[in-house]
Amino acid sequence: MAVSSQNNQATFVSMLKNLPRRLLLSEFFIFYLCVALFALLMPFIPVIATPYNLSNLFSNIWPLYAVAIGQTFVLIIAGIDLSQGAIISLTSVIGASLIATAVDPAVFGQSPIWGSLLFEDGAVLSHASYGVAVALLTMIAIGLLIGFINGAVIAYARIPAFMVTLVTQMFFAALAIYFVKSENIINLPKGFTVIGADSGLLSIPLVMTIVLAVSAQFVLSRTMFGRWLYSIGTNIRAAVVSGVPQKKVIILTYMFSGFCAAVASIIYSSRMEMGRPTLGAPFLLDIVGGAVIGGSSLSGGKGKVLWTFFGVLFLSLLGNALSLLNVPFFWIEIVKGSVILVAALIDVTRTRILQYNV
Amino acid sequence: MNDLILQFCNIEKSFFGVRVLKNVSIDIQRGHVVGLIGENGAGKSTLMNILGGVVPFDTGKILLDGKEYAPHDPSQATHSGIAFIHQELNLFTNLSIAENFFISDFPLVGKIPFLDRKQIRAKAQEFLSLVDLEISPDTTVEKLSPGERQLVEVAKALSQDASIIIFDEPTTSLTARETEKLFGLIKRLNESGKTIIYISHILRDVLQLADEIVVLRDGEVVKAGPKSEFDIQKMISSMVGRYLGTLYPERTAKPTEQVALDVRGLSKAGIVHDINFSLHKGEILGVFGLMGSGRSELAQIIFGIETYDGGDIIVEGNPRNHRTPVKSIQQNIAFVTENRREEGLLMTSTVAENMGLVALPHFTMPVTNVIRQKSLIDAIRNTVSLLQVKVNDAFKNQAKGLSGGNQQKVVLGKWLMNNPSILIVDEPTRGVDVGAKYEIYSIL
Repeated sequence: MAVSSQNNQATFVSMLKNLPRRLLLSEFFIFYLCVALFALLMPFIPVIATPYNLSNLFSNIWPLYAVAIGQTFVLIIAGIDLSQGAIISLTSVIGASLIATAVDPAVFGQSPIWGSLLFEDGAVLSHASYGVAVALLTMIAIGLLIGFINGAVIAYARIPAFMVTLVTQMFFAALAIYFVKSENIINLPKGFTVIGADSGLLSIPLVMTIVLAVSAQFVLSRTMFGRWLYSIGTNIRAAVVSGVPQKKVIILTYMFSGFCAAVASIIYSSRMEMGRPTLGAPFLLDIVGGAVIGGSSLSGGKGKVLWTFFGVLFLSLLGNALSLLNVPFFWIEIVKGSVILVAALIDVTRTRILQYNV
Repeated sequence: MNDLILQFCNIEKSFFGVRVLKNVSIDIQRGHVVGLIGENGAGKSTLMNILGGVVPFDTGKILLDGKEYAPHDPSQATHSGIAFIHQELNLFTNLSIAENFFISDFPLVGKIPFLDRKQIRAKAQEFLSLVDLEISPDTTVEKLSPGERQLVEVAKALSQDASIIIFDEPTTSLTARETEKLFGLIKRLNESGKTIIYISHILRDVLQLADEIVVLRDGEVVKAGPKSEFDIQKMISSMVGRYLGTLYPERTAKPTEQVALDVRGLSKAGIVHDINFSLHKGEILGVFGLMGSGRSELAQIIFGIETYDGGDIIVEGNPRNHRTPVKSIQQNIAFVTENRREEGLLMTSTVAENMGLVALPHFTMPVTNVIRQKSLIDAIRNTVSLLQVKVNDAFKNQAKGLSGGNQQKVVLGKWLMNNPSILIVDEPTRGVDVGAKYEIYSIL
């Protein structure tokens, strides 16, 4: 009897010793961190747990998560999409400029789209009943188009993703500002703004994002396309030899990334009730950082939609907490950047443990 | 006189719960050449990795010159005088020979951290002359042939004052002349007092070079003794544990009259010129040539990985000139690569993920491309057992954890799952042991 209780003690102790490692390796590690962070902050800033703050926090998370899903796909094939911010800005501007109900000529009279899209009595489609629908479709089409450009140049010209998406980012962000002379387009119709409006728990953005996330994860884990993504990210040469249609996959992946950015732009623009030419500017760090914190690898072959959710949740929670603590903006950015760096280090460590199991 | 430079005493090593080395004890005399043979997965590489400081052993002892030896990392091994010439060479191809020599220890000008190029070049020249290689030390390694690269590796080992040099499958990429040169070098090193451990599947070479032969099977030393106690048959039967009648299985299929693949006038500038042949159904066509003759390139061109300038490729009567891997696979052509690490396998993916990659389109539902999990899993299980791939769990273990021969079987299995009618197989048994070779030949 003494022996068996000794054995029980031994296994319990070894379980305790293994706990840190098991925690580190668990898929939910980032989620545990979120919970821990939340619990840690509650006594200091109890306002963080109020329904008002939480609903505000989550309404920021949904669109950010939507666009991060697209980035996750791109990361899996060992690429990166720096242009998502510009896609958000451009689609916001073009969408709004199709349906604004009232346009101030003093502000927009000199803009290049005055007379073609914007008029004194409103935007070109502001009086059409199908206006909002066309605007939404146009935004998505632009996202897909820019994604196609990215993907095609990367696949055919073999220019690194970093370079290509940086160039498209610069070009389309500038284009967005050019179209509206840096002014926000306001007076958007109710048909559009209702999308992002506060409607309690089951808001449209939540539903849209969850549907996107579930479909995306399904594609990743259950379809041939998903397997192709992982194989290209792991060893592109072996994937090509094994018959994976590399160019097609790359183009489709970047198109999906553009699509996700457009979806996010719909949510953001409708929530703010305006078309903003700089809408997507501040998000790049959060998008890529969220995906990396969640566990997707910058060198490809690794990534899951759920992981990205945890990463985005963590980063948003952190930002939320820091602003509630009245930390100045630039300090928030510095803290976020450091967290992403730590996340990358943790990722490397996790890979090493899994590889050698020593 | 027993002058043991190295002693392995009861070495045990397990990976992921699988015992890879079982109570291994080997005595190695100073100045001898010891041939280490065994099937893939027998434990040779693991044992050498332990010696070289790449992995630690679990229990047991290693005595180097009578003193306990347990290296934490490869640099410790190097400082103890052990040099490891790996099967996959460890040179930096974009640096020069001299830079490769001194990568960890550049001679500096006085106290300032500037490179003393003159000294580097002079010393590098010295080491190169030790291996009889007449090439400027400023040449980038990229420009060297595999044989020359290997000699550079040996020179590097000598530059680090190694007393024990381990050669792991050194001749797989060498031409006949380069092999002769290597053997001459090994003899000279031996005469100057170096101890050599020589690992190879080419048993004839081992028999020629070694003073003693050690046979590993399934992690245990099954036979060890002086060369006089061995011949090829005995070596094979100790390695495999059974008597292998022949090295090559009987041919049962006969070639028919129908032409499966017709190649006419195929040319690519600088690589191949006016290639013509016809491949009939049921036939095995062997393509033979020295290294650099264009065999692998020809295979890659026919499959569609590389482009070509002129000529026709006709598959089953239909001319198919714009070739890509995707199209070739649709035409039921398979390509088993010579280079499994870079072209054949996704090393960090599981065996199952690798196996299913080519045939995946056959296991998906029509419009949505959703994978039919169950039928795919069954097909993978079938192929794994058909090829006898030694793996614990094909759906969990990564491909890189497998031995070379088993990895090759995975590559083969991946292509077989697509039911090819034409197989292009490029050096399928490179680095594969005798037993697995036979199995692979039988499958073909």
